[in-house]
Formats: sequence, C-alpha cells, structure tokens
Amino acid sequence: MSHSEMSIGGVRISLDQQGEGPPLLFLDSGMRFEALSSAALDVLARDFTVYRPSHPGFGSSDRAVEMTSVDDLSYFYLDFLAEQDLTGVTIVGASFGAWIAAMMAVKCTARISHLVLINPVGIKISDRETRDVVDIFSMTEEDVRKAIFHSPPDSPITYSSMDDALLAARCREALARYAWAPYMHDPKLKGRLHRIDVPTLVLRGVSDGLTQQPYSEAFAAAVPAAQFGLIDKAGHLPHLEQPERFAEAVGNFVLERNGVRAASGAH
Amino acid sequence: MRVYHFTEQPYPEVWAEHSDTLRVTLESKHLDPELASDLYHRYYDEWVLADELGLDIMVNEHHQTATCLSAASIVPLSILARITKRARLLILGYPIGHRSDPVRIAEELAMIDVISRGRLDMGFVKGVPYEFHCSNQNAVNVVERFWEAHDLIMKAMSTTGGAFSWEGKYFDYRHVNIWPRPYQQPAPPVWSTTGSRANAKLLGEKGYVMATLGSGWGTRALYDAYREGYQAAGRGIPGPDRFSYLALIAVADTEQKARERAEQIASYPRSSAIVAPAFRNPPGYLSAEDNARILLGQSAPRHKTKDGRPITTMRVPCRT
Repeated sequence: MSHSEMSIGGVRISLDQQGEGPPLLFLDSGMRFEALSSAALDVLARDFTVYRPSHPGFGSSDRAVEMTSVDDLSYFYLDFLAEQDLTGVTIVGASFGAWIAAMMAVKCTARISHLVLINPVGIKISDRETRDVVDIFSMTEEDVRKAIFHSPPDSPITYSSMDDALLAARCREALARYAWAPYMHDPKLKGRLHRIDVPTLVLRGVSDGLTQQPYSEAFAAAVPAAQFGLIDKAGHLPHLEQPERFAEAVGNFVLERNGVRAASGAH
Repeated sequence: MRVYHFTEQPYPEVWAEHSDTLRVTLESKHLDPELASDLYHRYYDEWVLADELGLDIMVNEHHQTATCLSAASIVPLSILARITKRARLLILGYPIGHRSDPVRIAEELAMIDVISRGRLDMGFVKGVPYEFHCSNQNAVNVVERFWEAHDLIMKAMSTTGGAFSWEGKYFDYRHVNIWPRPYQQPAPPVWSTTGSRANAKLLGEKGYVMATLGSGWGTRALYDAYREGYQAAGRGIPGPDRFSYLALIAVADTEQKARERAEQIASYPRSSAIVAPAFRNPPGYLSAEDNARILLGQSAPRHKTKDGRPITTMRVPCRT
C-alpha cells in the first residue's frame, strides 16, 4: 500500500492506494470504527487499483472551513477523479460515503462505471416525525457500537497515542460538520437518484441497527435498475465484519456485470 | 461594585427522582403547571424585592430542562422591564449561538431597553453543550455563527438611517430596519462569558464586560488576557466594571456552619449539571484536541483551584 498526500482545490487530503486493475474509489463511512480493519480493501486490491482517501476534515486530512455539506464533498471527489484523470471508476461507498457517492453520481457519471452503496444514508423516506437513521449524535459510544455491529466489540476502541485519538476525534467532529442537520440526509437527493445511469448495487448488512431494511430497499428502488443484496452476520459496516463476502459481492457485480451473479456471495 | 440578584427559576420538585437526567430527556409530564406558576410568581416577587433593595437583576435561559424554567429569557425581561423601577436588567446569557433569527433578537432586546428606560445589559453566549440537540444548531461552527449573529444584532440596533441587507454565511436578510431603536445609544452594553484566554483577549479588544463562572485560579489568566486585548485596542486600562464573576460563597457565624451551608449551595450546580451522558458533549463543541484527551481517558478540561485541584461542582466541559 502506498500512502500519499494530495491537494484538490487547495484542500490537502491523505490518500491510500493499493492493488492493480481498474480503478476503485472507496469512500468510507467516516466513522472512527473504520480504523479497526482494512481487510476488505486488501481483498479488493487483488482485482482493482483501490484509492482510499480520508475525507476533508476527517483523519489527517485538512479541515476545509468552507466545506459544510455532502454536496461540497461530492464536488470535491468529482474534482478528485478529474485531477487523477481516472475513468471507468467503480465507486464503493459505505454509509456516509455512500451518500457522497450518490451525490456525485446524480451530478455526473462521465468518469464512473459502477456504484456500490453499502448501507447508504442520505435520503428521507419516512414521515416528518419518523427519523430514518438512528441519531448517533444522541447516543453513548456504547450504544452506537451496539447499533453499528452484528457482533459489537465488547469494549470501546482504545487509543494508545494522542495522534490516534486525535484522528478519531476529528472523525466525530467532521461527521457532524456534514451530517448534523438535516440529519444524515439531503432532502433533495431522493428525487434526483433517477439520474444515476450506471450499474448500481445496494448492499445491506442484515443486522444494521442504524437503518432498517425498507430504507435500504427504498434507496435501491429509487436508482434505475439498481440491484439489492444482503450480507449476513454484518451490521452497518459489512466491509469490516465480513470483508471477504463483501469484496466478493463487489467483484462479482463489477467484473461480471451480468446481473445473475451480482449478489452471489451476498446472502 | 454592583451585585446582581440571580435565579435560574428552577423547578426543584423533581430533582430527587430524576433518573440521572434533569435536562433534555426528562419528560414534561413530571411538571405540575400550577406549581410552576407558583414558582414563577415567587421568582418575580424576589426580583421585585431585589429592585426595591437596590440590587440589580440577572436572568438566564435554558431549554428542555427542570433546572431552569426560563426557556425564553425575553419573557422574564419583558415582565421585569415593566414591573421594576431602577435595577439593571442583565440577560446572561442570551444563547445567540442557538438562535435562528438574530434580527428578531435585536427587535426584542431593543423593545426591552426602551420599555425599561435604558436598563438592559445584553449578555451574549454561545450556549451550553447539551442544548445543541434541542436547538438543532450545529456545534461545529458555533463560534463563527455566534460572531456573525453578534455583528448582525449590533448593526441592526445601531443603524438608524434606513434599511440594510445582510447576506452572510449563516444569516440572510433582504431588509433590516428595526423599530424601536434602543434607548441606550447606540446599543445597550454587551457582556459575554468565556473560559479561554483567546476569547478573553477578544472581549477585551471589544471592550465588553467579561463574566466568568466558578473559574477559580484560572480567572487571573483570563483577566490578564482581557487587559491585554483591551490595551492593544487603545482603550487604556480597563476599569473594574469590565469584569464580572459569579462565585458561590457561604457566610455564617462559625466555620462549621459556613461549610454546611456551602455544601448545600454547591449541591445546586452539582444537581443542575445532571444530564444524560449522550448529550454532554456534542461533536464540535470541544476542540478535537480536547476530545482526543477524553478518548485517551483524560478528563474534560475543568476549572482548577490554586493548588491544581479540579473544581468539582462544575461537570459541564468548558468550551475553550
């Protein structure tokens, strides 16, 4: 894996790159749990050149004061694709990262070949008194852990150094910067998902406690010809809990593309 | 020195059985409106008495809590502006970091100032951490938002030659031309609170009254920073009326009695800080550095005594 820093429009981000093959941009959930494992990316790197940025404001990437919305982030990553001159890109987004990916794809898919959205957030489907995404900002760390994972770690993540703790603290702040209100969604996004004109797979960890299955299904239903798949024994972040099955589902969908095997390996 | 009589207008009847939260999540079915009415009347009677005795008056505002029934400070200010005669009326604080409409704030406060014949002191604050869940404002940018709201309120109050427009980062108005303008010209005195040296210096530069609450041994550093800013702005040496301190003090004939009384007083901020853990520290309220220290198991920053002991009555993390 190579680690680098790059600047897009004056905003410096850190970027991990590994593997060989067609380009794959992995947009993670921004949650500090992401630091637990990168096994899924190691598997994906067998088939793809995997780019994994740290979003602006998260981890060690710059906090860009003027960037306050997922709309801003979607333009940022469209600029990233142009800057790197990547084409035929598969974008895999998890949770908040899937929201960014969808916001990119409703704008422009010229450089995008496939979308894989894992437990996406970003749309509003229920009535005004029903929240679609459980409010992690009004929960203790322990309750968030229980909601996120199929098999929650018994204890909080511990940090051994100020640097590690600071990366995690920046993630929590940055997620709120972009997703505090409206909470975890853009009221306009659902009505724009029809614009997505690339093959799309929505994957859901069966045990996700942040969103319910009808929400994931509604997301898939709003994207033309999107496929929907489930991953057992996984919660909100299946790429952490079931990295092999997750990576297999992505590989099947993108590399075979006949739709028949698309969700095999899932379920 | 001036002394302000202050009550948070609490609703103490539920404090014994609060299930670990007196704020944000405590169900309002536990409030008896008749009892609340009696309490309000009692508090206003006390303030009227304070006015007659020559004390000044301070009110505050909190939301969705049994610790403070003053959910909209403009209400007590409105009543007091009319029924008191000579007391200064200090709102500390008006949580403009939580508010969505600064022009409305300017209108309300200008009315209070005129009705009270120029007795208003305007204490602007960002707001306490757990109320960001109630106001739904984002704590991440609250400092910047606070100052934009402040700038807009001051401009709305002091602009007398017709309408101006405002297209800022957080607020947008096409036509601002408030009536009445304030009684005190160009605007009532501004107060604010702080726990950080950087902000103390900024308040000094602006010449505002700086208030601290239970800031202990750290107060001196804050006062020094304030003086530094005050002088840097060419204002000379700040007089004592630029500094305000809320201390908890017990006085009695014997030390033992004083300590018993002090314990009773200290139990007030201890109780009023009881809030469900999930709401104590919204993202962005403390700096990432302070939050990293918390993740490492170090405590949130606290006010300290001269010999370095944390002042334990204050459970709310102080914003730096």
